[in-house]
Amino acid sequence: MSIEVKNINHIYAEGLPFETVALNDISFNIDDGKFVGIIGHTGSGKSTLLQHLNGLLKPKSGSITVDGVDITAPGKKMTEIRKKVGLVFQYPEYQLFEETVEKDVAFGPKNLGMQGEELEATVKEAIELVGLDFEEIKERSPFDLSGGQKRRVAIAGVIAMKPKILILDEPTAGLDPKAHRELLSTIKKLHKNEKLTILFVSHNMDDIMEMADSVMVLENGTLVMNDSPERVFSRWEELEKIGLNVPQITELMKKLEKKDSSIEGNVFDMEKAASIIKNYINSKESKAQND
Amino acid sequence: MIRDITLGQYFPGNSKVHKLDARTKIIATIMFIVELFIVNNFYGFALATATMFMIIKVSKVPVRFMVKGLKPIFIIIIFTFVINVFMVDGTILFHWKFITISYEGLYRAFFMAARLILLILGSSILTLTTKPLSLTDGIEKLLRPLNKIGLPSHEIAMMMTIALRFIPTLLEETDKIMKAQQARGADFESGSVIHRAKSLIPILVPLFISAFRIAQDLAMAMEARCYKGGKGRTRMNEIKFTRSDIYASVFLAAFLAMIIGTRYI
Repeated sequence: MSIEVKNINHIYAEGLPFETVALNDISFNIDDGKFVGIIGHTGSGKSTLLQHLNGLLKPKSGSITVDGVDITAPGKKMTEIRKKVGLVFQYPEYQLFEETVEKDVAFGPKNLGMQGEELEATVKEAIELVGLDFEEIKERSPFDLSGGQKRRVAIAGVIAMKPKILILDEPTAGLDPKAHRELLSTIKKLHKNEKLTILFVSHNMDDIMEMADSVMVLENGTLVMNDSPERVFSRWEELEKIGLNVPQITELMKKLEKKDSSIEGNVFDMEKAASIIKNYINSKESKAQND
Repeated sequence: MIRDITLGQYFPGNSKVHKLDARTKIIATIMFIVELFIVNNFYGFALATATMFMIIKVSKVPVRFMVKGLKPIFIIIIFTFVINVFMVDGTILFHWKFITISYEGLYRAFFMAARLILLILGSSILTLTTKPLSLTDGIEKLLRPLNKIGLPSHEIAMMMTIALRFIPTLLEETDKIMKAQQARGADFESGSVIHRAKSLIPILVPLFISAFRIAQDLAMAMEARCYKGGKGRTRMNEIKFTRSDIYASVFLAAFLAMIIGTRYI
């Protein structure tokens, strides 16, 4: 299930004084089973781009092909696209509305025409996939849950539609560190076990570094970088200029590199950083002894 | 889609009309509306239209933008027109089976449609050229004399300010919730009336919850900043009645008098 985006443009409030170009000639391909991170500061067009990928917004020009189907073609049945591409919005817990968790999660699949035992099984599976206890939670009101649980239920509501591509817009925003870690491992599991293609928007560069196969950087509606995380994060100065940063460990190593250029700055994992620092200290010590 | 509603929206600008005291504009708008009901022939409407377009020209709000604001009430205009065409008796112009169109009916239909359109365009000048905050400031000042008979003018104005302030917020919230539910396969456009009414539940429940949450946060934020109502409260920007307000008032009074004068042609 690949995504192919070709030269899409989008303009808000066209022809009015508050007209803004939200997307400017964006093109990219995402292969089946990839985990793609999307970064960019607030208002860079991330959310607008995501909404194009499942047909909620239509581009002014350009085309989007999902799994060989052009979703920008007029008269396309939107439910077909939404079955393929699941979109989890920012703060998805605000979309919960049913009396019980089970009913709420069933809303999506029911809209796609699922019913009876199949529906029940799908709901159960989705709730368990996000790491909640189905029997314990199914009869509870979604409004009585904790923030992290609410978010999981909302994500389960999208997963229950069995999409092949899952798009998450800042899924960990506003969660406490524990809920944050748990949710990330759930997403990782979905990617690995369910073989979902995942697009993941985040402001946390450590998360992006840890999980993504490739990273897209958006600025003012333009796609400025689309590369492996290592290559993107080695362009620290450019990222900083557009208001973004790099993983914390990389930032530390880049700062050390500035003090002493014999230290390698492009380091993205803790282990390697630790060994570089250790070697550096050892070499300094042996040098001191030799003198 | 929901963002296209222009009725009651502010159109940023720096024209002479924008700069007028909100009180002048409110009173002028009320006078204009009253005068539309006094007028009894098309000469009056022609003159009123001319006056209105002159003001629009000075305000530099694009006419296209204003006409777009008419869209949501287009159905009401058509409805009024049709009712009048068929329901008013008089000299018969056209007759076919049970359908009769009279000269008086046609005249009334155009007359009513013209009145409605002028009413809406005229009053939208006020909201288009006045920031919601100065608008409610103006209303508060105008209502102040009624404080003596126990009308809490500041509280009323504050309620209006808050309501106006949160219209765009709630529209945005609605848009977001609609999209989220659409992403879950919800369909708001097709099906029977009952089906469509039912499909609103997934929007309304989260929207109400959001509204209550926003209200609670706002109340908390106001209390944290020691808000305690109107007594002894001063403003950062006092609205002032200036020379240009006097000119505008004289100008408008002259035109309104002329428009009313058309009754006696």
